[in-house]
Amino acid sequence: MAHQKLLPRQYLILGLVAVSAPLGDTCLSRGMTGLPDITLAHPATLIAAVFTPWIAIGILLLIGFFASYLTALSWADLTFVLPATAFGNVIVALLSRFWLNEAISLERWAGIVLITLGVGFVAQGPSLTERPAAPAMQAQEE
Amino acid sequence: MMILLSAAQPGPWTTTAMIASIVLSSTAGEVLTAAAMKSIGDLDEIRAHSGMKGAIRAVVTCPLFFAGVSFLALAFFALLFALNHLNLSLVAPASASLTLVTNAIAGKIFLKENVDRRRWASAVLVCIGVYLLAH
Repeated sequence: MAHQKLLPRQYLILGLVAVSAPLGDTCLSRGMTGLPDITLAHPATLIAAVFTPWIAIGILLLIGFFASYLTALSWADLTFVLPATAFGNVIVALLSRFWLNEAISLERWAGIVLITLGVGFVAQGPSLTERPAAPAMQAQEE
Repeated sequence: MMILLSAAQPGPWTTTAMIASIVLSSTAGEVLTAAAMKSIGDLDEIRAHSGMKGAIRAVVTCPLFFAGVSFLALAFFALLFALNHLNLSLVAPASASLTLVTNAIAGKIFLKENVDRRRWASAVLVCIGVYLLAH
């Protein structure tokens, strides 16, 4: 069965794909910049860093990203899911503008508009290529 | 391609080879992972039938999945290697945006996805957008 029209929970999964990766990266960055310099001479400090709150949250978010990304790939084409992952860049840029009050250049605004247009284009089309038969899925149902 | 020619330290061919190795290994990883997930089937349905354990078992017992993850790991190390020699402002946007286009090509050839005009337009727009945003 090919899901041509996405269900609300599937939009939710795509939303998680877009949001969790940039948020996870931001948490890792925030956590690592707050730590003293880590050198190869003391690798144990790197392991200890994993248990600090920001880095632990970042790792959990990135695990959530990978799980939702794999779930999305199980019912949608790769060329449908990838633009959603790129939309995360837009979210980071907007967060940095309106939350951190960072300046965004004209080039970056153009980038935001192009990515949004691209994601809008692909989201209006079918999520999965129709195939005459899907033996693997039939085997799963048995 | 102008971005590759403007790289300062390593020569243009070395720079191109470094970025190409990231893009190719990343594309191979994404395509193999997507093929693995298609061969497994809808994870939501498997979870409804066999629970979360069943869904996790379906993923971790698929050899294609591990092949995909291995290539993604290779792409990560290729990125680290490139970052050791090139500027982040060159490597990140070039590899991220080129990967979108190579994935669209690989999706059409290897996964037999229906990459119609809409998806090509989307891949090109997002590719340029990522470059502008990350540069």
